[in-house]
Amino acid sequence: MKKIVALVLALVLCLTAAASLADGIAKEDIKLGIITLHDEQSTYDKNFIDSAKKAAANLGLAEEQVIIVSGIPESDECRQKALDLVDEGCNIVFADSFGHEDFMIEAAKEFPEVTFAHATGTKAHTENLANFHNAFASIYEGRYLAGVAAGLKLNEIKAAGNLKGEVPMIGYVGAFTYAEVISGYTSFYLGAKSVCPDVIMKVQFTGSWYDEIGEKAAAEALINAGADLISQHADSMGAPTACESAGIPNISYNGSTVDACPNTFIVASKIDWAPYFEYLVNQTIAGEEIATDWTGTIETGSVVLTDVNEAAAAEGTVAKIEEVKAELLAGTRKVFDTATEGFITVDGKPVTSKLADVDTDAAFTPDTEAVADGYFHESEFRSAPYFDLTIDGIELLNSAF
Amino acid sequence: MSSRQRNEVREPLVHLTKRASTSPARAWAIRAIAIFLGLLVCGIVAFLLIEKLQQNPGKIGDFYYTFIRGSFSTNRKLWKFLKNTAILLCISLALTPAFRMRFWNIGGEGQTLTGVLGSIAVAFYLGGKVPEWLLLILMLFAALASGMLWGLIPAVFKARWGTNETLFTLMMNYVATFLVSYFLVIWVPSGSSSLGKLKYGKLPQIYNEHLLIVLIILALTIGLYIYLNYTKHGYEISVVGESVRTAQYVGINERKVIIRTMILSGALCGLAGYLIAAGADQTVTTNSAGGQGFTGILVAWLGKFNPLIMILTAALIQLLNQGAGQISQDFSVNNALPNVIVGIVLFFIIGAEFFISYEIHFRGHGRREAERRTVK
Repeated sequence: MKKIVALVLALVLCLTAAASLADGIAKEDIKLGIITLHDEQSTYDKNFIDSAKKAAANLGLAEEQVIIVSGIPESDECRQKALDLVDEGCNIVFADSFGHEDFMIEAAKEFPEVTFAHATGTKAHTENLANFHNAFASIYEGRYLAGVAAGLKLNEIKAAGNLKGEVPMIGYVGAFTYAEVISGYTSFYLGAKSVCPDVIMKVQFTGSWYDEIGEKAAAEALINAGADLISQHADSMGAPTACESAGIPNISYNGSTVDACPNTFIVASKIDWAPYFEYLVNQTIAGEEIATDWTGTIETGSVVLTDVNEAAAAEGTVAKIEEVKAELLAGTRKVFDTATEGFITVDGKPVTSKLADVDTDAAFTPDTEAVADGYFHESEFRSAPYFDLTIDGIELLNSAF
Repeated sequence: MSSRQRNEVREPLVHLTKRASTSPARAWAIRAIAIFLGLLVCGIVAFLLIEKLQQNPGKIGDFYYTFIRGSFSTNRKLWKFLKNTAILLCISLALTPAFRMRFWNIGGEGQTLTGVLGSIAVAFYLGGKVPEWLLLILMLFAALASGMLWGLIPAVFKARWGTNETLFTLMMNYVATFLVSYFLVIWVPSGSSSLGKLKYGKLPQIYNEHLLIVLIILALTIGLYIYLNYTKHGYEISVVGESVRTAQYVGINERKVIIRTMILSGALCGLAGYLIAAGADQTVTTNSAGGQGFTGILVAWLGKFNPLIMILTAALIQLLNQGAGQISQDFSVNNALPNVIVGIVLFFIIGAEFFISYEIHFRGHGRREAERRTVK
């Protein structure tokens, strides 16, 4: 008898759980909470804040249905703030910084009925929490396209006989030496290499996501070392302003810097997070499941390029970008193309196999074969990047970070 | 100088004199006026800068209410307020003995950060390998030792060679930050420098996650009050602070007092680091102390280095901080503006202390005083 009662109870529980999942939420009851590491002064966080506002407008949400909290450090403060947002009635809570992840997971455990989403994180697919999700975008495709613009500019400088050295050189300011940044600068380099085969790149790391003085100094050091063009993956205006002062072309990230750098800004790639926010809200309204790992693409409108600044870009840049973009969309061109001879090599040898660290553990053990069908499958096994090879043509000036 | 010039001393328009004494009632009246004026100026600045307020001036009441909402609107916020106040108070208490001795310890930030780093280092290397209770004790010792070391180095240099402790302790903050960066590079092979939350080394809960921390700091506050006011050590600190020569005359070894007091100061900062590490974060970043080492100076100063009054000043600062965060959230303004508003309030509070000690005189006052004296 007891067993039967227990069975019936379990069945009822399962059914109510399924029913509650299938029952959506009315649009006017949606409340979206957004946690960002810094505020609008950081281009990275500004991008999230702007995307959230854009998504709210697209969805027709009222102002009080989106709460944005900025300046939340990567500490227990993040969990506390996430829980505060739940107290305020949020049914979706999102955080934007890599180091927020563990604290968001803790919050997700405390409120199983609330959706917690996190950008750039790596643990959703191994945590097995129904209400914790990771998201990223195939930004490597965007950086590749920006790299094409860089390669064309270098060709123009070369044709005019204005190269600083023997071969065209890109200087790159990076924050940290992990997959997200490595995948970013490698795809950018490959985009440039696809139109300017003899290009080389030097990378200088700052060890911080937001260090205006450090980023400016790194950009200046690269310019002094002979860089003909600079790009960056860090969040301040340091590198773009250094380029504007020195008259060196700059490819930006997270948004256009054309207002501050009218003479040197060429183009920027960025992730538009609005499609993801809209997806989160729409799935919640419909009562549908949210993907554990969601990767935005050019197609979903998540990977975008800003307008090309004609004053600084090489002629024909816009047309070339469109052409390459069409090939990426059609699948006829791959960013991490390991099949084409001499395109991607490590120590002079082609890359035929690479175990990537997809499932995060304390020792960061590589666990998944990522090279197949003639290309490296980036952001397919989880949303956050895991490409971390140092390929020929790219030199790291400091790798202490 | 002619005799005529001598007779006509030019009196400045405004001059200050130190008050002989101020009655407590008068002092509190000045403070109350200052806070009222500070809040008034805040309201004006907020109105000028926050669009939402301009569109809807009736919301100015909400603006003031937001300060309260930031700390007291939910149970969770109230506990967070108590816990954050406790940790800030702990750092302020740590700085107090040094300040009473006129040793300007500006290194609370670094001493706290090394405390966090020491705790997390132990948790990182020994977590899961030793029982949790032992791990927590080892983490505590590591935190106390790290903070102590960070306070001891400038103290030894000051006592031995008379170096400037303000600069020395300040520089040690930078060293601590880079030390954390260094270990993060070693501990995180992926290169992201983000250690993530460790699985071991979490303080046990009494009732909720915050109460234990609050109780520890409460006990510490009372303990330090007794230590500073009713023990020989406390007396020696006061004498050295008053005058090193007096201390030497009465046979106090001021070098020993400086070193002993800075060991205490550093160790208490280390304790704050331990509470941040084991009580909340279970990780370390370069920002783990979060500027509280500097805010603590303000708390101690405003509390006149009296641990019991510092409970109030720490709570006030925390109230303003949480209110600022809430304003940023509710009025869709970035973090800078609320911090400006907090700055304005603090400016008025510090100003009040000035007016309690000094009196302003306008031109003519001196002449009247002179006349009064000649009549006598």
